[in-house]
Amino acid sequence: MIAGASHPPRATSLAEALAVQRRVIFAMLMREALTRYGRHNIGFLWLFVEPMIFTIGVTILWSVTKTVHSSAIPITAFALTGYSSVLLWRNMPARCINALYPNLPLLYHRQVRILDIFIARLLLEFAGATMSFLLLGVLFHLIGWMDLPEDVLEVIGGWFILAWFGMALALFLGALSVRSELVEKLWHPLSYLTFPLSGAAFMVDALPKEAQDFVLLLPMVHGVEMVREGFFGGYAHAHFNAGYVVAIALTLTLLALLQIRVVVPEIVIE
Amino acid sequence: MIRVRNLTKTYPIRGGQRTILDRLSFDLAPGRKLGILGRNGAGKSTLIRVISGAERASSGSVERGMSVSWPLAFSGAFQTSLTGCDNVRFISRIYNSDFARNIIAVDEFAELGAYLHEPVRTYSSGMRARLAFAISMIIEFDCFLIDEISAVGDARFGQKCQVELFEKRADRAMIIVSHDAAYVRDHCDHFAVLHDGQMHFHDDFEDAYALFKDLIGWTPHPDTAPTA
Repeated sequence: MIAGASHPPRATSLAEALAVQRRVIFAMLMREALTRYGRHNIGFLWLFVEPMIFTIGVTILWSVTKTVHSSAIPITAFALTGYSSVLLWRNMPARCINALYPNLPLLYHRQVRILDIFIARLLLEFAGATMSFLLLGVLFHLIGWMDLPEDVLEVIGGWFILAWFGMALALFLGALSVRSELVEKLWHPLSYLTFPLSGAAFMVDALPKEAQDFVLLLPMVHGVEMVREGFFGGYAHAHFNAGYVVAIALTLTLLALLQIRVVVPEIVIE
Repeated sequence: MIRVRNLTKTYPIRGGQRTILDRLSFDLAPGRKLGILGRNGAGKSTLIRVISGAERASSGSVERGMSVSWPLAFSGAFQTSLTGCDNVRFISRIYNSDFARNIIAVDEFAELGAYLHEPVRTYSSGMRARLAFAISMIIEFDCFLIDEISAVGDARFGQKCQVELFEKRADRAMIIVSHDAAYVRDHCDHFAVLHDGQMHFHDDFEDAYALFKDLIGWTPHPDTAPTA
């Protein structure tokens, strides 16, 4: 038994504990959605309309400016896969950094844990980005701007790997931000600077060899490449290693959970 | 039974650690009512939060052998952009309690009328207090933790709280912390004074109050005050 743990007298079974956590996360999710989007105008729909507007804007912008990419790739699908991926790894950390303080009073209820606050926000973010990706994919296909993916399963696989990386990074930075406000200050410029390197606006194959090795250090590049191979098949000439992203996501997840363990005893509720 | 054993809580302050609660041990049996007196900053609210499980002890343990409430206070943990109704729904969800029944109870008790469906930020402090108290009463506990609850509200509200908490729930255990000695005297059956991280227990109120007065009267300069 760790020092300072407050244990209920009867052993709570894992199933009961999971039921409690499921309830708490659901309650947090509904509360987050209401706080963020409110009941006015289209309310909940903003969850995916907001990322859709971004993605449409970027798609049009890139189509007009003919952003550099491998010539065989259709621009609409290229922009959709690229920008949707950015939403996953960039917005999730932004939502988790400093997520604790506005929700601090909720910790008065002992079943609400810091991790639940993060998970609720991440699920909401994932749902929004995924809905946006899905709806725009269907829409662009229906109006004839884009063909359907060659391999839907690979797209889904790439999407989930990106999402896991985004969530792990978000949890890690979110947990760090409890201790230091530097995290917020540094994440903004960092995410901004990483964007052009993230694979959203280029195919790795189009880069010189030295540059390829460099950008492939970034896990999100692998995710985008995988999604694009699912979309375009062989002619995407994708370069990725799913295992690399999984290893990094796993490591970040573990570090995040450890960091949460460290900060929990230090938290003071007003 | 609540069993507190060697409970210690320290907070980091500039240049070190401050010990707020120093190896406290005591039991609270079902139905008993413990009143804790202490000066501002003595650690009363910290103790309540640690017993509730909202904050972790730095060392030692709290064993909750009965269901224990969250720390009831009139500030209320509200998201002010949400409505009173949303807040009732949130609490109902996390405590797995019937929302339809709860919202009727809160509506009756808090008398917020149409404001129940308006954002909490539009409430007066009295309305927030009524909402917070009403929400506190929708979930039943064996032990209620009460933090300075006497401070807010008009006479009518005070009377209603009195009936709900101390008459209808007279069989429950309670821990009441306050610097209002009369309030503690009227509602508790044993007492403790919290000072310098230590609890001094007394079954008789007058004994506890004498010690409390003594400690209040003794106010050394902050720079020379022992910080345990």
